[in-house]
Amino acid sequence: MENWSWDVFLDAFPIVLQGLGITIGLTLTCYLFALIFGFVWIFLRRVPFKPLNWIVTWIMEFIRSTPPLVQLFFIYYAWPMVPGIGMTLSPFTSAVLGLGIHFSTYIGEVYRSGIDGVDKGQWEAARALNYPTGKKWTKIILPQAIPPTIPMLGNYLIIMFKEVPLASTIGVVGILHMANSYGSQYWTYLEPLTIVAILFLVLSYPSAILINKLERKMNRRFDKKEALKSSEGAIT
Amino acid sequence: MTEPIVTFKDVHKSFGDVDVLKGIDLEIKPAEKVAVIGPSGSGKTTIIRMLMTLEQPTSGDIFVGDQNLWKMEKNGEFVAANEKHLREVRGDIGMVFQHFNLFPHMTILENCMTAPIHVKKEAKKVARQRSIEMLEKVGLGDKLDNYPSQLSGGQKQRVAMARALVMRPKVMLFDEVTSALDPELVGEVLEVIRDIAKEGEMAMILVTHEMDFALDVADKVLFLDEGVIAEQGSASEVIEHSKNERLQSFLHRFRS
Ligand SMILES: Nc1ncnc2c1ncn2[C@@H]1O[C@H](COP(=O)(O)OP(=O)(O)O)[C@@H](O)[C@H]1O
Ligand SMILES: [Mg+2]
Repeated sequence: MENWSWDVFLDAFPIVLQGLGITIGLTLTCYLFALIFGFVWIFLRRVPFKPLNWIVTWIMEFIRSTPPLVQLFFIYYAWPMVPGIGMTLSPFTSAVLGLGIHFSTYIGEVYRSGIDGVDKGQWEAARALNYPTGKKWTKIILPQAIPPTIPMLGNYLIIMFKEVPLASTIGVVGILHMANSYGSQYWTYLEPLTIVAILFLVLSYPSAILINKLERKMNRRFDKKEALKSSEGAIT
Repeated sequence: MTEPIVTFKDVHKSFGDVDVLKGIDLEIKPAEKVAVIGPSGSGKTTIIRMLMTLEQPTSGDIFVGDQNLWKMEKNGEFVAANEKHLREVRGDIGMVFQHFNLFPHMTILENCMTAPIHVKKEAKKVARQRSIEMLEKVGLGDKLDNYPSQLSGGQKQRVAMARALVMRPKVMLFDEVTSALDPELVGEVLEVIRDIAKEGEMAMILVTHEMDFALDVADKVLFLDEGVIAEQGSASEVIEHSKNERLQSFLHRFRS
């Protein structure tokens, strides 16, 4: 391979690596935002007011069927020009909002599937015991709805990690951005972009395996809680 | 005359076009034990679900004490009750379900403690102590830290009773609480209900197919048929001496 240079590779590596903190930080911030905002969608869809529910469902559908890149550009470039409410946001904040909101619609769906999975009798028992709405959710419904969705939520973390480089298009200085500027400065893209690919592989692959393990553990827990518990009992 | 704790006045309920209950009038005194019998689909479950506020009547009134359950006064007019009103009145009612509906993510002790703590704002220590006593009373003092999935159906149903009892309702509703159980587990559950009934203070409405049990425990028996109370009276009047033909043919199926 005549164009490949290990010297360039070694030179570029620490520079590209400088962007890793931002890439991971942005992933986690977006993810946290999406996890929280996912609940906001659920809440808005359950407010007992039909027109609002329709509007919210429609907005979610709209967000999901628009490319995240378009949403990023809109928030970063177009939003400041919206009269009255528009404002200029930093690239990082724009990315958190753009990707966070985009993925929150998916996360909201995951929550919904978890909530739908809770037996109707559980709601009725909560009602019969006179639970107030807030406590019913935090003590009865969500503790049953969320654990089965943890593997799915984990998958979304990996998917988001792989979408975060989009933010380099609006100037968030993650690893892709570092690699790009290295490339344009020294006119060699092969090595820095290879480094980017390696970093993504090194981080996503083990995470995927971890989530797979988690998924199997969850399945076991929910199918065979009984067997697990009694074996624990036998040990103690 | 003691005031009734539960009153139904001309209560109707339909699901879509199907009229399930066609005018129920009913009075239950404090501490009275009422058994509700009748063919499947006659509306027995619907009656107690309306009292538990799990189902809204189509028309008519249900009173708990002197409070209208499904309606509240607002500017001198009666309007549909909001959740706040329902919570106020519902606090006097407890229910045991056919399929237990225990909380699977909690131990049985937690199942009992959770509502006193989160609904009645009881101190954790007090709630814990009362829950342990209640679970001992239903014979499960040695299972406190087990999860529902580790228990037999009969044990689950006894936990469900303890969980409802620990809230000290004035009226307890039992919806065919033994019909999801293996036959050999029915006895232990009925035994616990008998014990609770003997203590006396609480009114009980028991939907049941166990006629001997109804004869033994109930002060009053209602025979529900095609959405109306077709026959009512003391347990022996209804179960042993009624002339109602439909009731007799219904009872005949349980005497074999
Ligand atoms: N949520 C519901 N939607 C539609 N029909 C219902 C519903 N609940 C009960 N029913 C109907 O009402 C009738 C009475 O039901 P139920 O009160 O459960 O009777 P029972 O407990 O005496 O067997 C049945 O025909 C049943 O199919
Ligand atoms: Mg029934």
